[in-house]
Amino acid sequence: MIVCITAKGEGAEATVEPRFGRAPYFVFADTEAGTFVSVKNELVDAAGGVGPRSAQVLVDHSATVLITGQLGGNAATALKAAGIKVYSFGDAATATQALEKYTQGGLSEIL
Amino acid sequence: MKIVVASGKGGTGKTTVSANLAYALARRGGVTLVDCDVEEPNLHLFFPGESEKKGVPVPVPAIDSERCTLCGECGHFCRYGALTVLKDRVLFFSELCHSCGGCTLVCPVDAITEVGREIGVVTTSHPLPGLTLISGVMYEGEVLAPKVIADAKEEGGDEGRVIYDASPGVACPVIETLEGADFCILVTESTPFGLHDLDLAVRAAAALGVAAGVVINRSDGEDDAAVTFCQEHDLPVLMTIPFDREVAAVQNRGGLIARDLPRWEERFAELWDEVARHCEVKV
Repeated sequence: MIVCITAKGEGAEATVEPRFGRAPYFVFADTEAGTFVSVKNELVDAAGGVGPRSAQVLVDHSATVLITGQLGGNAATALKAAGIKVYSFGDAATATQALEKYTQGGLSEIL
Repeated sequence: MKIVVASGKGGTGKTTVSANLAYALARRGGVTLVDCDVEEPNLHLFFPGESEKKGVPVPVPAIDSERCTLCGECGHFCRYGALTVLKDRVLFFSELCHSCGGCTLVCPVDAITEVGREIGVVTTSHPLPGLTLISGVMYEGEVLAPKVIADAKEEGGDEGRVIYDASPGVACPVIETLEGADFCILVTESTPFGLHDLDLAVRAAAALGVAAGVVINRSDGEDDAAVTFCQEHDLPVLMTIPFDREVAAVQNRGGLIARDLPRWEERFAELWDEVARHCEVKV
């Protein structure tokens, strides 16, 4: 399973980022392989439409779960249609911590 | 002759100038007044009347799911995020679409055709003898103001005297309003904000090759900064409207100073004549 965590930087120890469409990085964790792939978000300074376009990035990377802080309306529509579950990272500080909490069932679902 | 009334800063009195100018011209051979502030048109408040409506359609993509291979080309091409290609279908966010048609071009299997979607209306009324009022009205949540403005301007035609009341600012809607105009009346107030935004509007008009002049509104008699700015930029000061209790009272009850106060009808007629002289000089 591929879990995407929005982050301020690259790698497993990156600090989580509350914004979805304008998160600096998307960290994709492969829970079976135990690997983390970081993708720079090219849309950080885009004028608009960043929600659905970021959702497209998740679809392209075959993510089925997203851990982030908050979502806009269009992003929510696209993620829901794509069947991607969305969770809030709560008090987790890093991508690894967020993933651990998710695996233990400790994160609340926001979509 | 086609004249734009613009300002840069909002609330300086564009609509006041447009409405009063139109009133004076309606009584002197006729005028077409076009409300190009399509996000918040308000000239109809000064000139109520029965109107006819015409829809403003824009082309948007329709995807043939039989042909679509979900290759993702359209979604990656669309910089507005209007198309998201999922594993089993394509999602379309109509309010994000800018109707560029790019998706139809990049689709390798011709699965996308364009269909019309209404984003606003253009209304036409004849509220006074000699006055045709055309208003562009964009629906809430829509973004393609220039398309609604273009349709409103087209409805106004090229004949006779036409006044375009622009929206505030100097973004796309104002650029669209200025396109093809003969002259631009810039309404300002003698405040630092008014002058700052006047400077932007002056530069926008100049970039489009539209000659401009200035109307100073709410003048307290100390307009040195505005007058100096106009001299420096070679802009004629066409009219000065005082910061006056009588003027404010007429405005407050939604009246027209050209109709309700003595001498103002003549002043607005003279404003038009002054603009006409500048247009001839330009030609």
